[in-house]
Amino acid sequence: MQIHFQHRAQRSLGGLLIAASLLLTGCGYNDFQRLDEQTKAAWSDVLNQYQRRADLVPNIVNTVKGQANFEQDTLTKVVEARSKATSITVTPETLNNPEAFKKFQEAQSQLGGALGRLLAVSENYPQLQANQGFKDLRVTLEGTENRITVARDRYIKTIAEYNVLVRSFPSNLTAMAFSYSPKPSFTVANEAQISAPPVVDFEKK
Amino acid sequence: MKIIVNVVWLLLCMCAAGAHVQALAQGLQSIPALSARVVDTTNTLTAQQRQTLEGTLAALEQRKGSQVVVLIVPTTQPEDITSYANRVANDWKIGRKAVGDGVLVIVAKTDRKLRIEVAKTLEGALPDLLAKQIIDEALAPKLKQGDYAGGLTDAVDRIAQRIDGEALPQAQAGESSGGLNMLGSGFQWMDMAIFMLFAIPIGGAVAKGIFGNKLGSLVTGGAVGALAFFISASLVLAGIAFVLALLFTLLSSMGGLATGRHGRGRRGGGWTTEGGGFGGGSFGGDSSGGGGGGFSSGGGGDFGGGGSSGDY
Repeated sequence: MQIHFQHRAQRSLGGLLIAASLLLTGCGYNDFQRLDEQTKAAWSDVLNQYQRRADLVPNIVNTVKGQANFEQDTLTKVVEARSKATSITVTPETLNNPEAFKKFQEAQSQLGGALGRLLAVSENYPQLQANQGFKDLRVTLEGTENRITVARDRYIKTIAEYNVLVRSFPSNLTAMAFSYSPKPSFTVANEAQISAPPVVDFEKK
Repeated sequence: MKIIVNVVWLLLCMCAAGAHVQALAQGLQSIPALSARVVDTTNTLTAQQRQTLEGTLAALEQRKGSQVVVLIVPTTQPEDITSYANRVANDWKIGRKAVGDGVLVIVAKTDRKLRIEVAKTLEGALPDLLAKQIIDEALAPKLKQGDYAGGLTDAVDRIAQRIDGEALPQAQAGESSGGLNMLGSGFQWMDMAIFMLFAIPIGGAVAKGIFGNKLGSLVTGGAVGALAFFISASLVLAGIAFVLALLFTLLSSMGGLATGRHGRGRRGGGWTTEGGGFGGGSFGGDSSGGGGGGFSSGGGGDFGGGGSSGDY
């Protein structure tokens, strides 16, 4: 009778061990480690590409300055937006702070907008358009914007995977225990503007 | 009480499953199969032109190891060519596994747009400005005149020239001929190891069940040896595999006797039939995966948006 009891105790202990190990792998602790690191890497790439754009701005500004009577207002806006964007210090903690993240995103989209306007205005200066240096800078800027898009896209996808893990059961219990919270993602800055259909009016002018 | 707990548990499970359902991509152009170095879904190029182009690209891969692929599609709408090219390139992952050196040249015929998409590894050899130059000087003028073969040949030649000037890891001999040879020597060892781990104990137990202890071990060893010879075409390797499998099966039978002493009866019987099915499945999947034939992507290209676009 005693032997039988011992057998059962041994068996249930084994079962408990198996269940515990299954639970540990099921709770997603390792997934959190992997995805947390991945989001940081994706974020670094985003920063890297934004930096690339910021580094390009002085060259563009200098080339455009060479063009006589170029619209000063457009130019100063680009310079201002750049200094504002580069003045924001970004640390890995920015990722866990939605406020700082939003500020960063706003500054960057402002710089993007100012640069876009600069390029649009430059169409009015045929001499600038013919300038090989300016043409090259345009191509480089286009490539940089493109890389920013890809980097942001990858960041969004990684964050989505991470946030799903944070929110879904049973891994949300792990998130609670180790205080992993959802991370902010990129959104479109002017959502209302985009969703409104464009008004086309040829009558004016 | 227990029923309530069960219901709550089930509801929780459903919530967890629901969170994993993700939205599917909607309404985008599908990605064509990567069937060759030149994928032309519009039949713009003649078979002869395609072969010449493929020859140039294959020679480049043999020389430098880099993979360049040309894709001609009718349209990329509703996406612009930039995001479509990036999506295709990252799906195909052109470029060697460890190096990631790939380039995708893509032409959207009815959109009259084109793009050279460059993997991160080659962004130094082929910066955006140069890609733009190739588009403006080689591709666009000829494509405007409808000379697709000429424009693409020029572009590919100039891309190859740039890649030739770049210091990249050596191309491996015979790597480019695709198919069976794509499984490099390292890959075979992995296959062998996995095979040893799973199939031998299972196959061995089945064979012993049918032929008895000694003869079963011999049959297992013979089968493994024959398979090793078939995969590696080396008698030495086959011999080693034979001896290893034979010893393993014989030794595992002793282990079986040892556990049998506990008087658990004939539980081995049930185990072998279950495992036999598993072993057969894993082997079948293995052999069907091997025979690709033709061109296949190295699977290492990472495209971060480098390259340039243009229209014609």
